[in-house]
Amino acid sequence: MTEQLNKNLPVRKIVARLVVVVVAMFGFGFALVPLYDLFCDVTGLNGKTNTEAFVPVAELIDTSREVTVQFIATNNESMPWEFRPEVFNIKVHPGQEVETTFYARNPTSGEMIAQAIPSVSPGRAATYFHKTECFCFNQQLLSGGTDVDMPLRFIVDRDLPDDVNTITLSYTLFDVTETGAIQVDSLTAL
Amino acid sequence: MGDHGPAKGFGRWLFTTNHKDIGSMYLWFSFAMFLMGGVFALVIRAELFQPGLQLVEPEFFNQMTTMHGLVMVFGAVMPAFVGLANWLIPMMVGAPDMALPRMNNWSFWILPFAFTLLASTLFMEGGGPNFGWTFYAPLSTTYAPPSVTYFIFAVHIMGASSIMGSINIIATILNMRAPGMTLMKMPLFVWTWLITAYLLIAVMPVLAGCVTMMLMDIHFGTSFFSAAGGGDPVLFQHVFWFFGHPEVYIMILPAFGIASAIIPTFARKPLFGYASMVYATASIAFLSFIVWAHHMFTVGMPIAGELFFMYATMLIAVPTGVKVFNWVTTMFRGSMTFETPMLFAIAFVILFTIGGFSGLMLSIAPADFQYHDTYFVVAHFHYVLVPGAIFSIFAAVYYWLPKWCGNMYDERLGKAHFWLSFVGLNVTFFPMHFVGLAGMPRRIPDYALQFADFNQIASMGAFLFGFSQVFFLFIVIKTIRGGQKATDEVWDNPEGLEWTVASPAPYHTFTTPPAIK
Repeated sequence: MTEQLNKNLPVRKIVARLVVVVVAMFGFGFALVPLYDLFCDVTGLNGKTNTEAFVPVAELIDTSREVTVQFIATNNESMPWEFRPEVFNIKVHPGQEVETTFYARNPTSGEMIAQAIPSVSPGRAATYFHKTECFCFNQQLLSGGTDVDMPLRFIVDRDLPDDVNTITLSYTLFDVTETGAIQVDSLTAL
Repeated sequence: MGDHGPAKGFGRWLFTTNHKDIGSMYLWFSFAMFLMGGVFALVIRAELFQPGLQLVEPEFFNQMTTMHGLVMVFGAVMPAFVGLANWLIPMMVGAPDMALPRMNNWSFWILPFAFTLLASTLFMEGGGPNFGWTFYAPLSTTYAPPSVTYFIFAVHIMGASSIMGSINIIATILNMRAPGMTLMKMPLFVWTWLITAYLLIAVMPVLAGCVTMMLMDIHFGTSFFSAAGGGDPVLFQHVFWFFGHPEVYIMILPAFGIASAIIPTFARKPLFGYASMVYATASIAFLSFIVWAHHMFTVGMPIAGELFFMYATMLIAVPTGVKVFNWVTTMFRGSMTFETPMLFAIAFVILFTIGGFSGLMLSIAPADFQYHDTYFVVAHFHYVLVPGAIFSIFAAVYYWLPKWCGNMYDERLGKAHFWLSFVGLNVTFFPMHFVGLAGMPRRIPDYALQFADFNQIASMGAFLFGFSQVFFLFIVIKTIRGGQKATDEVWDNPEGLEWTVASPAPYHTFTTPPAIK
């Protein structure tokens, strides 16, 4: 009987290989996290925009075309801040650098930190929407009762597909006072 | 090595490394979970008997839908198949036992602890898991009851149990086959379990990773699934369904193997298209990895994604169709008899096909926007799982029980159980198609008045189906305790090594491997 079994791979080896697969797949579950982000970045799915300032190259402005950019500001969950765009929509020419501001006020008595998360709709316009400056690149710290006008500068790419005439940029404001405090401390220390 | 019997007393079960003992324990455990999950389902159906809130609070209702799903998937269906694998695979391949008998004991004995952990949450402050068996973040993270941590560890333990069970099954199949039994001579139940075990090994660790990320989000301040910290709740759905879709095939592939064993016996013809069955099973397993986002058509995917997942999903109908046609062709012009296992197997083929077709309807991305999260989906997956997984388990129990305990079951009672279950099942789940298409959402304790009639019918069917299973318990116990002695072959010329040993199967079988022609 043992002779027969020895013809096959020993059980120990099979088990070792299968355990490697198990560990690898556990790792793969976590690898899905960066892969997912990478996939969204590459394809522009999910309406994710650039998270660092875009460096503009001198571009011709396509004055023959006009695109409407709409702004939406939303508070997440129990975020108490007043948060709205200064203007709700702008008509821009592709290639033209445009500046607008978002207004935020902390109505509470305590100091709070907020993080705005952008999303662009339609999703495939996300890669053609370049932000050269955005308050969403950093966390916002406001002491109680103060307000701020937060700048946003962007360029709509001239290669924007022809059938996209309206781009909606939505910001959701999150309260990160507890989790974000550490990051802000390390930022100010720099 | 002399022939020795089992040890005496409770220690026999606690310390056993015998595949038959462990198989029996898995099956009994699974049946206990089946009854528990069934009681949860009956709470749901009782509440839905009438519109309005009458019996339970909405919070408790949500816990019932969640626990019903979790207990049925992880507690009833999966352990039942592992139990059948334990009993049958060594006997089918002519091996004396599983390759790793001690690990086998452990993979069973951690299960009761996992489910004690899970069930105990129902008695905790804030209640048990209430976020659906799919536990989408942030419902299961930010808004979860405090007991969610118990749920997470319970899932970890169930996963560990399944992974160990699968490693054991693969090692047994690859290593312990009797001389001469090549891979393509293996019974299909062994084949389907080999492929299922690989699926389990590939996706249970991903589930473990998924709940670990939840654990870290809840307790350690990470933000895998929280947009505030740069994460994404949609990521949760991708990770979950990367596990979840192969998981639904884990619950159906062994059923294919069972049907492929039973139908030839009672049609008295060899299985039609053995090789195509093997390849179809492997294709289904492969495709299961590339269709997960069809559960998420409405999250806002680009058109290219919707199309890819739609076509890939439709492609699964091809190997599944191959299987169904093979079973039908096996029966065609066979000299068929309709004993209880055959009745369950035929009902499996017909009703599973209905479930497959409603799945095909759901795979059409533009139509799915209408069906998504309605009772149509509930009808679909219950048609796949109840007559698919559960009926095949019933069929397997009736088919192999005489071999296990040496006594024939009472054919009249078995048939009665079949017809009660068959009628109960269809009365329960068929009306759900209609209310679903009419727009009744799933996972709600109350509904609009126009859905009342169909819901009452469904609830009556559910109680009929539920109580028929107590009858099943009675039949099984009656058979174990006595009855007409079964012959070694039990059936009329069945195929397979398990029928060459005595009935009841001795405690140790194939201590010397049989010769395979």
